[in-house]
Amino acid sequence: MTTAVGAETARKPATMAQALGRALRDAMAADPSVHVLGEDVGTLGGVFRITDGLAEEFGEDRCTDTPLAEAGILGTAVGMAMYGLRPVVEMQFDAFAYPSFEQLISHVSRMRNRTRGAMPMPITVRVPYGGGIGGVEHHSDSSEIYYMATPGLQVVAPATVADAYGLLRAAIASDDPVIFLEPKRLYWSKADWSADAPEQVPPIGRAVVRGPGSGGRRSATLISYGPSVPVCLEAAEAARAEGWDLEVVDLRSLVPFDDETVCASVRRTGRAVVVHESTGFGGPGGEIAARVTERCFHHLEAPVLRVAGFDIPYPPPMLERHHLPGVDRVLDAVARLQWESEWTEGSAV
Amino acid sequence: MTVLEQPGAYRPTPPPGWQPRVDAAPLLPDAEPYRLLGTAAAAGISPDLLTRLHRELVRGRRYNTQATALTRQGRLAVYPSSTGQEACQVAAGLVLEDRDWLFPSYRDTLAAVVRGLDPVDALTLLRGDWHSGYDPHTHRVAPLCTPLATQLPHAVGLAHAARLKGDDVVALALVGDGGTSEGDFHEALNFAAVWHAPVVFLVQNNGFAISVPLAKQTAAPSLAHKAVGYGMPGRLVDGNDAAAVHEVLAEAVRRARGGGGPTLVEAVTYRIEAHTNADDATRYRPDSEVEAWRAHDPIALLEEAMRDRQLLDDEGVRAARESAERLAADLRTRMHQDPVLDPMALFEHVYADRTSQLREQAAQLRAELDAEAADAGEGE
Repeated sequence: MTTAVGAETARKPATMAQALGRALRDAMAADPSVHVLGEDVGTLGGVFRITDGLAEEFGEDRCTDTPLAEAGILGTAVGMAMYGLRPVVEMQFDAFAYPSFEQLISHVSRMRNRTRGAMPMPITVRVPYGGGIGGVEHHSDSSEIYYMATPGLQVVAPATVADAYGLLRAAIASDDPVIFLEPKRLYWSKADWSADAPEQVPPIGRAVVRGPGSGGRRSATLISYGPSVPVCLEAAEAARAEGWDLEVVDLRSLVPFDDETVCASVRRTGRAVVVHESTGFGGPGGEIAARVTERCFHHLEAPVLRVAGFDIPYPPPMLERHHLPGVDRVLDAVARLQWESEWTEGSAV
Repeated sequence: MTVLEQPGAYRPTPPPGWQPRVDAAPLLPDAEPYRLLGTAAAAGISPDLLTRLHRELVRGRRYNTQATALTRQGRLAVYPSSTGQEACQVAAGLVLEDRDWLFPSYRDTLAAVVRGLDPVDALTLLRGDWHSGYDPHTHRVAPLCTPLATQLPHAVGLAHAARLKGDDVVALALVGDGGTSEGDFHEALNFAAVWHAPVVFLVQNNGFAISVPLAKQTAAPSLAHKAVGYGMPGRLVDGNDAAAVHEVLAEAVRRARGGGGPTLVEAVTYRIEAHTNADDATRYRPDSEVEAWRAHDPIALLEEAMRDRQLLDDEGVRAARESAERLAADLRTRMHQDPVLDPMALFEHVYADRTSQLREQAAQLRAELDAEAADAGEGE
């Protein structure tokens, strides 16, 4: 991991997309075994321009435009990893990754286990994911539960510019396969950040508390990741006016899951809401709510609630704002957390 | 007549400056499978190669019958026999240099053994004590692959990576006729051709994908014809002629190593046994068909050709059979010993470092095992 150098380094607004591109560039410069491959990643620089300039700087052998075939892209990456390379694969959009699922589930995730450690799969699969950019069908899916349900994969989703850089460097350096979920609608979010002195980022598998609460009487933990983190931070700000003290836990990594940080926060606040874009039924929130309930039952003042996308195929762009969990839906859930004092039987959940 | 010249072939109006990428004719396979044994050219094959092929064919047949017997004795969960296809297996196992890589499917245990794998280690997947019984790097044999054709893109990626690193390594990938219908077959061949990767694809066309015959699998004139669409040569070879398979593969390997790109080889052979011990082959093919193929046996073909050239006599046959019996006896002895399994190994190598969740689950299993051991102790 790159460490901060030179306090005088200028920090200026940078987008998440720029930080991701810089992470790829720095990883390729630091390690000649890092190879980027995917559809349009070379000459075009990726449809989101994340790989812009890499083919020019490192050559087409290191940043390769492949035939349009996701199973082939990931399958050849397996062979490249077998020969000691570190492939970074781009799946152009979330739903475009589905043809590669057999390679992912039958080989990428299991090769280390199958060969008793002899053949690790240091593959990073970058998946621009989630909605909110007005994409047409197959361009806005949140597929994280499929990845989470597959042992052997790590699943991470950055929510900040600094995390985008730090987690991508960590993913590429990891000896295990990482599904790197890039929240498309945060690609153009900006933060003061310096590529020359990137912030220290906790390793994969560690959540962080953003906007810690003071543990007052009306306190709760919002558990989230990726594109829903800014929504939760905004909700926390809005809730302050209502007398609520909300802690936002940014998971950063869904697998491995940081029970410790999540449960420490819930024990402090006594209430929890899980927020994500993907479907609620069978979604990540169910797993997270169950884990929290099992570990923090005696600290809970209310059931763990979920604010998720509806259980529908991802809607057309003109309707997606009704589907995506927004600040109001999070605040409604927070209001329902006043279980003992204000909740009444028969209210709609 | 090339495919593009055939009546009714699809001919879009070409855009200005459009040219066919390659002349298709040199990519097309010969109409008849290539044969060596029984032809005049057989006189030119090196005696040493024939002797090696013969010895491995005889041992391979015995390995197949022994492993099949072990399934009946409950020592193997399943064994997909390659009896009748040994020529393909032996040629694939012998044709590569040490630095090259073999990518086998679940039916290609024998090719891995011929390449040098311990016969017991090669059966680990099929016995069920682990998913793979060997370090792939030791003999440069990828794990036996169960999903169909998914090992083919791996072979392409490895060969491509080796070439990028400046190593003259060739990958040989094995697949069956059924596997050619899978998307991964198409994607692997397409990537290999576009990347000009040093890969050889060997399709063992053994007639059936479990019960589905080739006629219901493809409408192509042959599986080797598929090569033309990718822009690589296709070769059709008699899969029961060990010398012919070896020669065609050796030529493809040389071509790949020399920078000539990939080749698709279709070896026409036959699966004498059922798909596995769980299959009833009498439901989908007549005995007469099996008998016809038994008459075209790879060992008999080779022995006849070698006797013609005085390269083999009864003594030579007996020596090969004795070697095969020693292999079978060793396999029986070792496979009749129960493997020692450590349940705690379940948590090893899921990730480089155990997650906290796996640490908890490992502790749970440890406690269960300790309790079992304590109960067993009390019962004594």
